[in-house]
Amino acid sequence: MADQDPTSQPRAGEYLVFTLGREEYGIDILKVQEIRRSEHVTEIANLPSFIKGVINLRGAIVPIVDLRVKFACSEASYDRFTVVIILNISKRVVGIVVDGVSDVVMLSSSLIQSPPSFGSAIDTAYISGLGTLEERMIILTDIEKLMTSQEMHLTEVAAEATI
Amino acid sequence: MGFDLSEFMQIFFDEGAEHLSQMESLLVNLNVDAPDPEQLNAIFRAAHSVKGAAATFGFTDIASVTHILENQLDRIRRGTLQLRQDMVDLFLEAADTLRCMINAHQQGQEPDLHASESLCSRLHAMEEEIAPSSPPPQEQSLAQHPGTARLVVYVNKIAHGQHASLCTMLAATDWQLVSETPELLTFEQFDEVNYAALAEALSFYLEPDAYTFGTGNGAEEVGLFEPQPSTPAEDMGLFESLPATAAEDMGLFEPLPATPAEDMGLFEPLPATPAEDMGLFEPLPPTPAEDMGLFEPLPEKKATAALAATTANLPEATRPTVSSKSTVQATEATSIRVATEKIDEQINLVGELVITHAMLIEATSHLDPGENEKLFASLALLERNTRALQESAMSIRMMPISTVFSRFPRVVRETANKLGKKVLLVTHGEQTELDRGLIEKLSDPLTHLVRNSLDHGIEASSEREAKGKDASGTLTLKAFHQGGNIVIEVRDDGAGLNRTKIINTARNRGFTIDDQAPDAEVWALIFEPGFSTADAVTDVSGRGVGMDVVKRNIQSMGGRIDIESHKDIGTTMTIRLPLTLAILDGMAIRHGRETYIIPLGFIVESLRPQSEDIRTLANRGKVLHVRGEYLPIVELRQIFGGIGQARSEGHDMFVILESAQGKTALRVDELLGQHQVVIKSLESNFRKLPGLSGATIMGDGHVALIIDVDSLVKMSQHTAEAQASQLEQLAG
Repeated sequence: MADQDPTSQPRAGEYLVFTLGREEYGIDILKVQEIRRSEHVTEIANLPSFIKGVINLRGAIVPIVDLRVKFACSEASYDRFTVVIILNISKRVVGIVVDGVSDVVMLSSSLIQSPPSFGSAIDTAYISGLGTLEERMIILTDIEKLMTSQEMHLTEVAAEATI
Repeated sequence: MGFDLSEFMQIFFDEGAEHLSQMESLLVNLNVDAPDPEQLNAIFRAAHSVKGAAATFGFTDIASVTHILENQLDRIRRGTLQLRQDMVDLFLEAADTLRCMINAHQQGQEPDLHASESLCSRLHAMEEEIAPSSPPPQEQSLAQHPGTARLVVYVNKIAHGQHASLCTMLAATDWQLVSETPELLTFEQFDEVNYAALAEALSFYLEPDAYTFGTGNGAEEVGLFEPQPSTPAEDMGLFESLPATAAEDMGLFEPLPATPAEDMGLFEPLPATPAEDMGLFEPLPPTPAEDMGLFEPLPEKKATAALAATTANLPEATRPTVSSKSTVQATEATSIRVATEKIDEQINLVGELVITHAMLIEATSHLDPGENEKLFASLALLERNTRALQESAMSIRMMPISTVFSRFPRVVRETANKLGKKVLLVTHGEQTELDRGLIEKLSDPLTHLVRNSLDHGIEASSEREAKGKDASGTLTLKAFHQGGNIVIEVRDDGAGLNRTKIINTARNRGFTIDDQAPDAEVWALIFEPGFSTADAVTDVSGRGVGMDVVKRNIQSMGGRIDIESHKDIGTTMTIRLPLTLAILDGMAIRHGRETYIIPLGFIVESLRPQSEDIRTLANRGKVLHVRGEYLPIVELRQIFGGIGQARSEGHDMFVILESAQGKTALRVDELLGQHQVVIKSLESNFRKLPGLSGATIMGDGHVALIIDVDSLVKMSQHTAEAQASQLEQLAG
């Protein structure tokens, strides 16, 4: 798991920045399908607590993962300001709940450093780099690798997908 | 040639397979002793179509096999060859080989040339085997086939060196060499023969005494499809007893310029203009102006209508023949091939529409019907149309089960032959429709059950007679609708399952089973992997692979299989399947804050029992007393956790479920009512979840989860302990 996949080296480009607690995370904008307000989530039993359940996204059943719970960053409350990012990952649609979406930033490769070995809530295996933008540090996350990983319990073939 | 054939290849593969299946079913139904000429013709035509298409697409190997096949069939149909049972077998084998070849080509592989060559040589051998025994082509055979003109040449009288050129000359004038012996050459042809001209031509090669002519009277024998235009009404068997005259009938199907006025007679009941009608059936439109009608869209429809109208006006007696013909025409003219994905897409969209409609109803529910009369009327109309659209979309996917059943006459025939048993196959309800996806998956399990019944169920004739039964066994395939299910029965009147033997085998294989166990429990053992009670493994069945696969296949389709068996009376295997995979009739229940759907097929009843009906079993949980039965209680809460608020005791609602594990009482918070729901996959974006078979979207746009009853009941049978460890595992 700790092996750094060469293809997941951070690329220069646009990143969607969201906050989890006091940290800012960036994900490849091309993986983002849309951003929605939280809506009714149908809960499913016998699942880890960070999988909130499923929603109806225009006729498709889409699972919702609460990254706040998963990474224990904050008190997970749901109100009309709760934001769901709908991701499109390897032909699947998954929603993630985060504390807030701040902006979309353009990062050139000179602004991206290789990842440190520790220091964030998210396992460093899923961190592809650190972006610096003025005073902000943006943790660039390989969201695809994270969402298909075994620990997310989102796919049946999670184990294979992470190799 | 710069013209891409590949697009048409698929059509050839599809049609080739269809023609072969048709040929196969006709062959199986053929009465060997007195073959029906119409059937023989149909078989011939099927082989011919394959040959023609194969040659067109450059599959010379297929074309050459079919060519020989066609030749033999042609001779049988013309009576030069007496049909025998082994020939039918060989033809069936030829159909198999051809199918393999088509498959190979379809997958871009090289077909097994060895198989096709051996088949060709055997087909040839059949000819040689027969040739000497066929009667000399003299008066006798002439009497048999009066429809052909025949020329017999005495070989020893042919001038030296003229043999080859004689044959070439005759071939050029459409004479076919039908038999060749050292003494005699026999040629035949169907066309009108100008004997004077022929005699003159022959005089270049032969002395007048070196050949004889035979002539048939043509009229009786020539069938509808022979190129013999001069024959009157009897030939056109189809239209024999039409009130119209022969000339009119002919006009219908042959490119003759029949007289319009007479044709009119046939089509009188139609309001269409005469010229249009004419044009449909004839390539010779008389009046250019009205002619245009010909090229207007949908000529087939009119043709069908015209034919149907004709049929309707026929005397009762002749209707069957003609209507069968018109059905064929109608199917040809009005069916199209559509990719299944397109249909699925459409059904999906219709499902969305149903949901959207439900949302509209929900959204408008607070409005006053009096003030918004128009809105409500429109909504009602929308509902009606949506339902109609849904039904029609679903019906596209539906196919009659006859597509599966049709393969069994052959399976039964061959298996029975192999086993030396006499078996009669009876099928009922071939027109029962079910989802196309199910039909494809059903074929293998059914074949297995049928072969099993033939091998293990039905006894040998002698044994049957000893038991006082009819020497030939009966295998019944039956399909019908029952509730939201389609039920398929495979029933034999054989020896029944052997209880003692099954129990003994089970014990030898390490299963624990009580001698007093109920039948259902004992029969269920045969679905265990590797279970076989057959004394000897035959090449039909008995290896013990299969019944477990059958069960798994049926379950994967959302169905189940039950066995009923009585000694010496027989065994019935009953398969129950949902009608379709896309839509489900379910009972919506509330559990905490969430809505769940229980497939209606599993629900026996719902009830609110008195609290004293709920009894406790020491360490075994609770049971519910329902009319003398004690049913284990399954708490949804125990399985799906305590989502939402706890409900108060004493207001319990129970749903009695009938699953593979028997009856169970499921405690739910509330019944919400019956719904028809569109099944949505959980797997497409998520994964399979224990106890759930899918999800659906309710009228308010919320997601409801569909309960997988069998797996739910199984889960409940695991102890709370197992559940705890599972949770632990998930948490870790």
